[in-house]
Amino acid sequence: MSLSLQEVEHIAKLARLKLTDEQKARYREQLEAILDHVAKLQELDTQDVPPTASVAVGQMPLRVDESRPGLSTNALLENAPKQADGQFQIPPVFE
Amino acid sequence: MSELTDLSLKEMQTGLREGQFSSRELVEAALERIAQLEPSLHTFLHVAEAALQHAKEADKRSTIDNGQQLSLAGIPVAVKDVLTVEGMPATAGSKILEGFMPPYTATAVKRLQEAGAIVIGKTNMDEFAMGSSTENSAYGVTYNPWDLSRVPGGSSGGSAAAVAARLVPAALGTDTGGSVRQPASFCGVTGLKPTYGRVSRYGLIAFGSSLDCVGVFGRTAEDVAVIFEIMAGHDPLDATSAEVEVIRPERSGAQSKDKGLHGLRIGVPQEYFIEGMQAEVQERTRAAIAQLEILGAEVHEISLPHTEYALPVYYILAPAEASANLARFDGVRYGPRVEADTLWDVFFKTRGEKFGAEVTRRIMLGTYALSAGYYDAYYGQAQKVRTLIKRDFETAFEKVDLIACPSAPTTAFKIGAHTGDPLAMYLEDVFTLPASLAGVPGISFPVGFDSTGLPIGMQLLASHFREDLLFRATHVYQQATDWHKQKPNM
Repeated sequence: MSLSLQEVEHIAKLARLKLTDEQKARYREQLEAILDHVAKLQELDTQDVPPTASVAVGQMPLRVDESRPGLSTNALLENAPKQADGQFQIPPVFE
Repeated sequence: MSELTDLSLKEMQTGLREGQFSSRELVEAALERIAQLEPSLHTFLHVAEAALQHAKEADKRSTIDNGQQLSLAGIPVAVKDVLTVEGMPATAGSKILEGFMPPYTATAVKRLQEAGAIVIGKTNMDEFAMGSSTENSAYGVTYNPWDLSRVPGGSSGGSAAAVAARLVPAALGTDTGGSVRQPASFCGVTGLKPTYGRVSRYGLIAFGSSLDCVGVFGRTAEDVAVIFEIMAGHDPLDATSAEVEVIRPERSGAQSKDKGLHGLRIGVPQEYFIEGMQAEVQERTRAAIAQLEILGAEVHEISLPHTEYALPVYYILAPAEASANLARFDGVRYGPRVEADTLWDVFFKTRGEKFGAEVTRRIMLGTYALSAGYYDAYYGQAQKVRTLIKRDFETAFEKVDLIACPSAPTTAFKIGAHTGDPLAMYLEDVFTLPASLAGVPGISFPVGFDSTGLPIGMQLLASHFREDLLFRATHVYQQATDWHKQKPNM
């Protein structure tokens, strides 16, 4: 399984990860090795097999649809690296 | 006071009830032992100073209540740093959560606290529970108490090592692909991965949401069962936690001695005894199975034909789920931020600099598997093969009550042995992954030692929600053997 450098850069962009050139080269090589291994899955004919997304399906109860008290704004903001006026603060998105 | 730390959880319960010692003495002894051994083990990321105060309060309450004690009143436990405890930091072993103080407590921990347990600290782990050695912790490796040049396993290596080194009688871990069972095996302790959905995941920092389970380490199956039965059961805060009654059998030594394992059918899957695994692991596992037979179990050869596909399935599904779960770490709401002029660059730089190598690798792998054009070939196919693995277990459990197999292909390996070779590290999980994918419960317990004196563990697996059978079989085995009583020379 070969991955181009462009593909590695595309994946890193989708995942919002800033990588150095050295990291890109290393992850390219390692991801190729892992993808070679998982290619084994293609051996199996699964045309009539349904997918399993969760093994808990069928046992998941629904809760009553009513509001409940949650955590306070202050408690949640306490961990923010930057906050102002009871909100998370970020660099400007629009000029 | 060092002998107090040698007591099992059951013995601590009895001693406290009978007034042989106080909770303050227990917690003091634990804190002293932690202070003495931490420099060589590095099992904790945070030790709770308030534990001693809590112990004094527990002692006061027990005088007032006079015998009407809570079941875990005054007993110290440790918690893996991926579970939140209000008032204690939670890093999940990552720099991206450095300094995070969770505003709420995980349900599993809360239930232990409500039963009187005292959380003495948060244990080291592979970053975001991704790893099999604790080497991926951003805060340094944990050392195996049996041999300090070796890993304790992972990802719950800190919890396993803390129980093995007699720092605490029990510790919580989490198991997504083997992260309780494999370190239990490497550290010579008993470790349970419950059925998926049996214990609430509320307050567990998510890795692979369809696989994550809160588990527990102890020195005996009995101790593990005590903690499990308190944690288990439906929680409205976790939609995947099952509304299935928890089986809480009466346990007494006499009863299990009489019954032994008569009537219990144990299957031995041929696919778990493979070329390349350490011969001593295979020998000791076979010997333990023979012992279970002597104790009354019927042993059958069985087959789980899709076992070899578990590793590729897992390394698509878990990273795919992780890539989505870890999208929340962006330097905006919690953890540190790497400042930049644009929001876009805040995301890229914070994530690029604060995630470690293994976490980055898995986010990349998962993102690739879910990306346009590759979804069906990777994620879709892996979900279908997961069905085949699940069916293997369903078929097997029509014929047997339990499945017995090794917990890991080797004993604890040297620190650095798999550095730079992720695939070699992934192969360490080859025996624990299938049960995780099928969602069935498993327990790992010590069944001997290799020629260098390292512990060997074996797993028993049961069908969904039959943890009681795991406890029964392991307990009967532990009544007849003393492997679980051996301790590292520290």
